[in-house]
Amino acid sequence: MEPVLELRGVTKRFPGVLANDQIDLDLYEGEIHALLGENGAGKTTLMNILYGLYDPDEGEIIVRGERVDIQDPGDAINVGIGMVHQHFMLIPVFTVTENVMLGEESLKFGDFLDRESAAKRIREISEQYHLEVEPDVKVEDIPVGVQQRVEIIKLLYRDADILILDEPTAVLTPQEADELFKIMHSLTEQGKSIIFITHKLREVLDVADRITVLRGGKIVGTTTPKEADKNKLAEMMVGRAVQLGVDKGPASPEEVVLEVRDLVVANDRNQVAVDEISFELQAGEILGVAGVQGNGQTELVEAVTGLKDVVDGTIQLLGENIANADPRAITEIGAAHVPEDRQRDGLILAFPVADNLVLNTYYQEPYTKGVVLQQAAIMDSARTRIAEYDIRTPSALTPTSSLSGGNQQKVIVAREFSRPIKLLVASQPTRGLDVGSIEYIHKRIIEKRDEGTAVLLVSPELDEIMELSDRIAVMYRGKIVAILPREKATKEQIGLLMAGVSPDEIEGVSSRKNKDSAQEGLTS
Amino acid sequence: MSEKENNEKQDAGKVFLDELTAEPSGETFWARAWHSISIPLLAIISGLVLGGFLIAVTSDAVWAAWAQSPWEAVKTAVVEVRIAYTALFSGSLGSPSAIVSALRGGDALEIRRAFNPILESLTASTPFIFASLAVALGFRSGLFNIGAEGQIFVGAIFSVFVGYSLTGLPAIIHIPLALLAGALGGAIWGFIPGWLKAKTGGHEVINTIMMNYIAFRLSDWLLNGPMQRPDSFNPVSPTIMDSAKLPKLFGPPIRFHIGFFIALGVAWLVWWLLFRTRWGFDLRSVGSNPHAARYAGMSIVGTTVAAMSLSGALAGLAGANEVLGLNHFLAMAFSSGYGFDSIALALLGKSHPVGVVLASLLFGTLRTGALRMQVVAQIPIDIITVIQAFILVFIAAPAIIRTIFRIRGAAGPEEAITIRGWGGG
Amino acid sequence: MATTIIERREVEIKSPTRQRVMGVLFLLLGASIWLFFGRGIEAGVETTFKLVPGGFESSLADWTLPALATLNILAFASAFLGGVQLVRGFGKRTNMILGIVASFFIFGFLVWAAAGKSMNLAGLLNTTLSKAVPLTLGALSGVLCERAGVVNIAIEGMMLAAAMVGALVGSVSGSLWVGLLAAVLVGTLLGLVHAVLSIKYKTDQIISGTVINIFAVGITSFLSAKFMQPNQALNDPGVFRPIVIPLLSKIPILGPILFNNNMFVYSMFFFLILIHVGLFYTRWGLRLRSVGEHPKAADTLGINVFNTRYMAVLLGGAMAGFAGGYFTLGSVGRFDEIMTAGRGFIALAAMIFGNWTPFGSFGAGLLFGFADSLAGKLAILGVQIPSEFLLMAPYVATMIVLAGVVGRGQMPAADGQPYEKE
Repeated sequence: MEPVLELRGVTKRFPGVLANDQIDLDLYEGEIHALLGENGAGKTTLMNILYGLYDPDEGEIIVRGERVDIQDPGDAINVGIGMVHQHFMLIPVFTVTENVMLGEESLKFGDFLDRESAAKRIREISEQYHLEVEPDVKVEDIPVGVQQRVEIIKLLYRDADILILDEPTAVLTPQEADELFKIMHSLTEQGKSIIFITHKLREVLDVADRITVLRGGKIVGTTTPKEADKNKLAEMMVGRAVQLGVDKGPASPEEVVLEVRDLVVANDRNQVAVDEISFELQAGEILGVAGVQGNGQTELVEAVTGLKDVVDGTIQLLGENIANADPRAITEIGAAHVPEDRQRDGLILAFPVADNLVLNTYYQEPYTKGVVLQQAAIMDSARTRIAEYDIRTPSALTPTSSLSGGNQQKVIVAREFSRPIKLLVASQPTRGLDVGSIEYIHKRIIEKRDEGTAVLLVSPELDEIMELSDRIAVMYRGKIVAILPREKATKEQIGLLMAGVSPDEIEGVSSRKNKDSAQEGLTS
Repeated sequence: MSEKENNEKQDAGKVFLDELTAEPSGETFWARAWHSISIPLLAIISGLVLGGFLIAVTSDAVWAAWAQSPWEAVKTAVVEVRIAYTALFSGSLGSPSAIVSALRGGDALEIRRAFNPILESLTASTPFIFASLAVALGFRSGLFNIGAEGQIFVGAIFSVFVGYSLTGLPAIIHIPLALLAGALGGAIWGFIPGWLKAKTGGHEVINTIMMNYIAFRLSDWLLNGPMQRPDSFNPVSPTIMDSAKLPKLFGPPIRFHIGFFIALGVAWLVWWLLFRTRWGFDLRSVGSNPHAARYAGMSIVGTTVAAMSLSGALAGLAGANEVLGLNHFLAMAFSSGYGFDSIALALLGKSHPVGVVLASLLFGTLRTGALRMQVVAQIPIDIITVIQAFILVFIAAPAIIRTIFRIRGAAGPEEAITIRGWGGG
Repeated sequence: MATTIIERREVEIKSPTRQRVMGVLFLLLGASIWLFFGRGIEAGVETTFKLVPGGFESSLADWTLPALATLNILAFASAFLGGVQLVRGFGKRTNMILGIVASFFIFGFLVWAAAGKSMNLAGLLNTTLSKAVPLTLGALSGVLCERAGVVNIAIEGMMLAAAMVGALVGSVSGSLWVGLLAAVLVGTLLGLVHAVLSIKYKTDQIISGTVINIFAVGITSFLSAKFMQPNQALNDPGVFRPIVIPLLSKIPILGPILFNNNMFVYSMFFFLILIHVGLFYTRWGLRLRSVGEHPKAADTLGINVFNTRYMAVLLGGAMAGFAGGYFTLGSVGRFDEIMTAGRGFIALAAMIFGNWTPFGSFGAGLLFGFADSLAGKLAILGVQIPSEFLLMAPYVATMIVLAGVVGRGQMPAADGQPYEKE
């Protein structure tokens, strides 16, 4: 059988980087072909080439036996290629119909939009492939899972039969992901072919027909779920034997550092995002907060670190109420924060590394005397930390923007960890990093715990939570639905809790009211 | 010298360049220095060339010559442009021969006359220095203060009021008081949009434009009402007391006054504040990445309000300088667009006090020379505004200059001054 | 399975402050109608409004009101609405009520100002409409550009340059229409400059706009000083004459106001409808708006972001050029230096005030035009309020709107952001 899609020798260079090196890849009709690789392995670059967003430097693309030249997304759509991007390409203030029809509008009387017939077509597609959506609502008013369906409908509306899904499960619960996998199978049964991009091993083994592993811009090999297992795939991905899981001794929790009571926080749209949650965090333990993104974790972290106002409730840090306190006051009590979006919140990219290393202490002695900055002291401390935390930078005066993602994160870690801290709030500390950097950051976090720091770890990556946490809190729709000791928790339980299943219905999870969950967490 | 000390020294030079360019690169000091001044320099040259072109195509003589032959027209054009630009530069810098002969003659008045053009240029650049420092400080703090014009007005109103209404003060008290009043007036006019930006997210570009027009209407009303000169029907304020006038340093006809030195001092102060103090660190951090600044515990509201007020105060000083140093009273529309010019100057000087002072000197020179050019060559003074727009285009889109002169692009990302969308955030 | 157990509390955290602020504001407006306007008037004094503009046959009787009683009613109604707002709140209709109370206040002001005299209300509205024309047309230019994601603060400069060239070409050619065409072309050309700078070279759009404004001031003053002032024949294009539309102009009150105008007024209504329908009901508009909201999403659907933005900015420039033509060819009949006098910026404010929609901009344009024309009337009526303060009103109002007091506007999400194709 002839493949519907073939890539031959596709190469793409960026200044200083070989993003794709002689890539060969094929896709057959009705197949789910997984493209597995670490962050930065070149998966997304490859797919952007296929979708006409990048121009390849070398190589050719063959669709159904014919060589095609894809200059822009329009060309890709014309040969039947469609892509669901990692970050949704939806216009919030447009309706579902408008989003779907954009670029391929149904018209009447010349150039006038025919919304009715487009909506009818959308209903037909949604029935045929079991993708429930309501065509007339605005996209900003529908949940993320449904938005993803709109993205898939966009492709089907254009009669795409080669579908590229780029990290589609990042925003879904494990259960929603399973739902998506069902949809993917129903699509392939009806003759569509899917390229499924991910870095999650479990998903690949669950859903793919074939797996191609990419590393450092090169193809490492192609295999099938039958022949491969997690360890083998991980080794292919990283290039060396990877120890899945970190070395970590048992926690020895001590006094309570952080105590949150009946906390209510609103999001930017003034809706309740954190809904009366309570918990305690002790010195020397890691409390992992699991949950699908957008269930209030961000707001919780921002409230604890002083970046967001608290509507109601108290937050006690070492006995002081820090609800609605200034971020600087909270830092001075001894809190450190590794923010979710390091480039947006954690660093001033235009500033030199040295300045970023004192970003929240620059006003204190010895970096400032009176009001005058002490350049020499700032440089001295920068050199020490660059050496200590192994930050790869040409000099302390190099703008932080020219460092790699991993080294940028190290700048933040160096800044936050080298202060005497009592509480560490780490929000998605390894997002988008390579395995080496992830291991490094994990090790440093556990070191901090062992030194007696209380750690609040927030991550949508269940694996990370399971590996690092001593206790696990699950957030769903602004509430902490359960706090489980790590030894007693299983991935399945957590997954169900993340999806909003009542703790009562899950085996092994005792029922509890939200309010006394903190106490239970303590006693366990 | 030990290796470490050597490094430190290089670091210091690089830090200065970083302040200027914010472009990372592994090049030598001098190559980087060239990179940071080549674009402004070539932009100025290109602007003058285009201005010359405009002079040529609007000249009757050139068109008359065109009737004979294109070659004649080109020759005439060259002559015309040379006359114009000679007038421009002799009017702003003085003619060397006049200076030499005046010095030989030894007559004090003649010497003063010979040196007058260049001193007049310095005088003319003084308000530019203040106003473009205002805009530059805004840029460094992530704010686009398009309202320097209004702040200049309000500064002038405040300072002229202190200048004429307080009597019997010694100059040593009256002058600083009047200057501070000007700064205060400008600061109030900057504070309002700054506060609105910080508290409500209302975009400072729109709000400062609105504040400009409110300032015009306000001065319109004041000069026709409460502040009108008692014996006059014209909308002008009373003349300020002698004790409030900025001292002139030479006899007539030289108008040069100490305002220029005050401006230089203020420029140094702004540099020190921005790059050597923790307040400056706050300003630059908030300007570069407000999210990270907030994360680092800086007060966005406080810093934004302070930056806009300070920026307004600097612009207010420009107004004060004009009424205390030159006009000695306030009239309608006295400022002649310093506020908008200063945007161009801040960009030309890369929002660094040193660059800003140099750019202001250039524009003061051009303005002064243009007056003479208007007399000698009958070229309307507005040509300077056109040239300025050309220069600004090339500064704002350096890619055009690079294409024309085939300069290699800088390795790193361009230092871009970008304004976040209207609604703030 | 996946039974959902916890419904997220989607309740909006209402800001009670706003409700209270608005309530107090309504009360204050009511009180000031009573205090400032009502108290100074003796019982029995009447206010007369003429309902036919000057120069028209008076087909309608004048409208005479008892001043004090009217003011008391207005004051009471405003206070009542304020009370209701404080106790119960009008919720989503608060802005509408705000509009009503504001118009009570304005009407109260008119009744007070003209107490014991007569004021030509129709004439006032007629001036309002003509003052609103350049503002609305300029705002439409802004709508076209900004809906596609390109901020246009160069409306002022485009109008100024177009006004000059319109006058010059109109004088030289002896044809108003040729002059108008030249004005539109100049606007388009400056639109092209703005587009190239901000789309191709990705210059900051505000800086690019500022450049155009500076350039326009310089070049128009330069050319006008060099050619048009020495030779007045180059600055005498004439003006478009009013066209009386038969039948429609006979409608009482509205007829003479709306249907006895020159071509610019009719064109304004035409463009209003055209752009409204175009933006919200056609493929062209959907694509244009998509580029202003989320250019990358549009790009992934095969829409050419750059071309769409170029087209929008060129059309916006043409519209600003048309607006500029109004100054010389539709109103004054002569070019004066810097004659636009900041109306381009007021047009920008009208666009923001009008929430980036054509009809909203028109409403704001009318409001600003009203303040302007009223300022002219005050001196005639001998009112002891400096007209300068009335002229400040549009600017202050814009700042208040921008501060979000009247609710946040829906700015296009990608407004002002250059699109970078990776």
